[in-house]
Amino acid sequence: MDIQEKIKAIEEQIENALNEIKSSKSLFELRMRFLGKTGEISALMKNMRDLPPEQRPSLGKVLNSLRQWTEEKFDRLEKGIKELELKKKYADEKIDVTIPGHRYPDGAYHPNTLIRNELVSIFAGMGFEIFEGPEIENDYYNFTALNTPKDHPARDMQDTFYLAEDLLLRTQTSAGQIRVMENKKPPIKILSPGKVYRSDDDATHSPMFSQMEGLVVDKGITLCDLKGMLDEFARKIFGESVKTRLRPSYFPFTEPSVEVDVSCFECGGKGCRLCKGTGWIEVLGAGMVNRRVLEGCGIDPDEYTGFAFGMGIERIAMLKYGINNMKLLFEGDTRFLRQFKG
Amino acid sequence: MKAPLSWLKDYVDIDVSAEELQKKLFGCGFEVEELIQIGKDISGVVVGEVTECEPVEGTHLSVCKVDCGEKGTFQICCGADNVKKGVKVPCALIGATVYATAKDHVTVEGVMTIKKGKLRGIESYGMLCSGAELGVNDDLFPGGDYCGLLILPDDCKNGADIKPILGLDDYVFDISVTANRPDCQSIFGMAREIAAVLNKPVKQPDYTYTPVKGKYPEIKITDLAPELCPRYIGHYVTDVKIAPSPRWLKKRLALCGLRSINNIVDITNFILLELGQPMHAFDLRTLAGNEVVIRRAENGEKITTLDGNEFTLGNENLVICDRDKPCALAGVMGGLDSEIKDDTSEVLFEAAKFARDNVRKTARALGQHSDSSALFEKGVNEYTTERAMKRALHLIGKLGCGVVTDAHVDVVTECSHSEEKKMTVSVKKINALLGIDVPVDKIETILKNLNFGVQTHGDEMRLTVPAYREDIDGYPDIAEEVIRFYGYDNIQGTFLPSALITNGGFNDEQKAENKLKDALVSKGLYEISAYSFYSQKDLDMLHLPADCEERKAIRILNPISEDLSIMRTTLAPSMVNVIVRNLRRGNMSGKLFELAKVYIADSLPIKNFPAENQRLCLGMWGKGDFYALKGLVDCVADTFRTKFGYEPAEKPFLHPGMTAKVTCGGKEIGYIGVLAPTVANELALDRQVIIAELDYQTIAENAQAFRYSPIPKFAEVTRDLALVCNLDVTCGAIEKEIYTACKYVTDVSLFDIYVGAQVGNNKKSMAFNITFTPKDEPIEEKIDGFVKKILNNLKAKLDVVMR
Repeated sequence: MDIQEKIKAIEEQIENALNEIKSSKSLFELRMRFLGKTGEISALMKNMRDLPPEQRPSLGKVLNSLRQWTEEKFDRLEKGIKELELKKKYADEKIDVTIPGHRYPDGAYHPNTLIRNELVSIFAGMGFEIFEGPEIENDYYNFTALNTPKDHPARDMQDTFYLAEDLLLRTQTSAGQIRVMENKKPPIKILSPGKVYRSDDDATHSPMFSQMEGLVVDKGITLCDLKGMLDEFARKIFGESVKTRLRPSYFPFTEPSVEVDVSCFECGGKGCRLCKGTGWIEVLGAGMVNRRVLEGCGIDPDEYTGFAFGMGIERIAMLKYGINNMKLLFEGDTRFLRQFKG
Repeated sequence: MKAPLSWLKDYVDIDVSAEELQKKLFGCGFEVEELIQIGKDISGVVVGEVTECEPVEGTHLSVCKVDCGEKGTFQICCGADNVKKGVKVPCALIGATVYATAKDHVTVEGVMTIKKGKLRGIESYGMLCSGAELGVNDDLFPGGDYCGLLILPDDCKNGADIKPILGLDDYVFDISVTANRPDCQSIFGMAREIAAVLNKPVKQPDYTYTPVKGKYPEIKITDLAPELCPRYIGHYVTDVKIAPSPRWLKKRLALCGLRSINNIVDITNFILLELGQPMHAFDLRTLAGNEVVIRRAENGEKITTLDGNEFTLGNENLVICDRDKPCALAGVMGGLDSEIKDDTSEVLFEAAKFARDNVRKTARALGQHSDSSALFEKGVNEYTTERAMKRALHLIGKLGCGVVTDAHVDVVTECSHSEEKKMTVSVKKINALLGIDVPVDKIETILKNLNFGVQTHGDEMRLTVPAYREDIDGYPDIAEEVIRFYGYDNIQGTFLPSALITNGGFNDEQKAENKLKDALVSKGLYEISAYSFYSQKDLDMLHLPADCEERKAIRILNPISEDLSIMRTTLAPSMVNVIVRNLRRGNMSGKLFELAKVYIADSLPIKNFPAENQRLCLGMWGKGDFYALKGLVDCVADTFRTKFGYEPAEKPFLHPGMTAKVTCGGKEIGYIGVLAPTVANELALDRQVIIAELDYQTIAENAQAFRYSPIPKFAEVTRDLALVCNLDVTCGAIEKEIYTACKYVTDVSLFDIYVGAQVGNNKKSMAFNITFTPKDEPIEEKIDGFVKKILNNLKAKLDVVMR
């Protein structure tokens, strides 16, 4: 057969074969059949060696153009097939993206921990250190050193659990104040969070609850400083527009003593259910540290003054999160706890 | 403390509304817990005169014409037995509100609105009222207790509003008085504060009386316990005529919730309310030897108080005795024998000051509380003690119910303090404490309004403190008085302008706790907080034997209930209880942790401060098994960069085959295990519960400080080994021997376990992934040697072979 005819036959075979090709795998096989090392075009190329030298260039040209034509043909087809195949792959692999993702569910901190940490971060920024005293105290630290001697009627304000004649469950974190002041000289700025205990049990009282006590002792501390600090606290914990109000009260370890109200963050002070229509919510007790307390700790009350404030962490949590029953905080019901995620 | 507005007005010209006064009191430190409006439910009731009254045949009813003055004349049907022509009675018009009473005509069952009615076909345009229907009893208005109509005095004007006539236009303030102000536990005490807040003078009660000289029996008073009774005043009143009190006196007592008894007892109760001084009246006939001895009771001595209760006393109880026997429990209650009787004719009045702690102790120890003991516990001052006696004697004269003699015995002991305190304060210091500048003249006015004597010399203020203000101690108290009336609104917030800068925040231990909580929360655990106390029953629940360490719990001497009576020595019972509660509420799975203290005494009963040790308890139920919780326990170890060891162990409440003791740094720090099926059955739990409890302190102590170690120059090599061993060989033992055999091994992790025919009976296969970390040179070529060493060691120690 004439070489030209052979070429023509190959071209025809290729055209025909390509029409049948459906996959890249058969395309590859076909490519090998014609263009592989032992393929038909390669075989023709090899045959050139048998031709006389003068014929070789012209035939070489023809064969090269055949090769080029074939390669282009294959490439074009391959591109189309690959695209189709990719489309099919994508279609086959399509997933339902609306199926829920795999979760790594977080647990949650107890609301008391959340509030405690929030309070600590507010006051830590103001230079307060954190001090945690013992929960089991003696009469001296819990009462006497806080200017509440044995016969004092203020002891009626707090029903105390006794463990022995002179050992009790602390009724207030203020007990920690004394331990700090005995060991540290001014300037003192401490925050003392922890559990306290009183013999009380109803919807708003629990025999165990948590308090956070703050104490500042330095030269020239005034009632205005107390107010300033509490303003800052109230804004940060309840919102920027919240204001504080001081009103007279009594605690044996402070003089003057005040009850501190914040303007109702629910209604903005207009009066609602949360604030019982008064526009104000009682949040903590505070005052200027009593001279006798300072003296008892070896701090000269003529040189130094100070203020202290104490708040119930559960009370803040209940107000802030709208929890209506204190018992929920101690039951450990996961339907309650899981709400405090994130 | 209850204070009727009408009574307060005796001492202060109150020209503001009750609501406004409430606000002002709040501003100066007296919270009005309740403003009680007397007669607030009554409206539309006027004076009506019955001008015609015809009985209705066959009924108990009468049909009346009632003249209500300018309101009109109405036909009203009335069933009362005392209705008759000519009487003036309260008449509730159509639309009026009065109390609905039960069949007994006394018990109030709510408020009703009067409507036009028809009784037995007769139209009725209103209702004639009894005392009960208007909320009035005999003490408030004579005839108030009668179950028929309340008959009004003839001089009442027809059609006039009934409320002022019956005293139903009054307010009672229920005031919360802070513990530092016992001087305000009385109507007059509050009146002093109100006068100050309204800037008005206070009118003193009338203390005048005229003693009648005569030859009276000598009264001897001996105070043998001056430390418990610093002051005792006795006064003899003769020719006493016991009778009902006058209306005004009954009414005042009634407004404060006290029932009238008789004139003498009512006088003592009136003084208690008015001045805050508890008084007592003895029937002198019963005082043997006309003698009063104030002394501590002898141990075992008995007294029957006037409420009929008998008490056995001890040396801590103070008694008022006659020559022979105790006649009163000092400051708490009089004795039954010496109480005032209808035929009492000679009375010894007592006004005394008793030490507040002693009254408190006696009242609590005996469980005997009275209005008197409540006041003495808060504190009574001798200034008032003196005044009270004078006031009582004045009232005897005013009521004309006895002859005030000149037999007056005033025992002033060495413990007595009745003189006015003098003090000097600096205006500068007061203002320095407050942080504002209150002008000197303001300070003077405020203090003078509070009855302080004030003399100002430049910065120095010389003060005479009113004798009843025992709370005033130093200049901060004066600062408080000033700001209380100057107004807390004047305190403007400042931000420690003069304080030194301090460095704040958590210390390292607190940070470590937070980090642990962060780690556990990020693994999906919820934090719980349970009570620090529980009961022996909770330990029974966990089958803890009687002699175990957990039973050595500190007891609360006065627990709220037996359920909350001992301090926790372990957190497990609380965790189990919380899990049980969750399961019962349908929360079928969960993971919880608690970081809290246990309280361990060195000996019981407790004498010294106990150890308060932080414990960490983890609990899991529903989803996950032993290994799931163990993974979380190891996460705790990771948080502290330490490692825990596990060895099989037993605990009374845990599954004996699924329990390990946990060690850290060679020390046992706790346990992990599955709740024993026996315990679970008793608690009716149908889900597996896994518990771990760890000694937090020891873990924290074993925390490794973080140090960077250089990354090896050469790559790590890993090999998987499938091993076959006897069933009782533990994973931990194999791991240990792998580490022991080759120092290049840095990690061994089990990735497969197989038990079955392919490895033979009583055998199991365990597959481990072992990491070898090179030190100074590559180790690829040595690995085969290492593996051989490891296998030899395993074969020798544990009879473990390659699969």
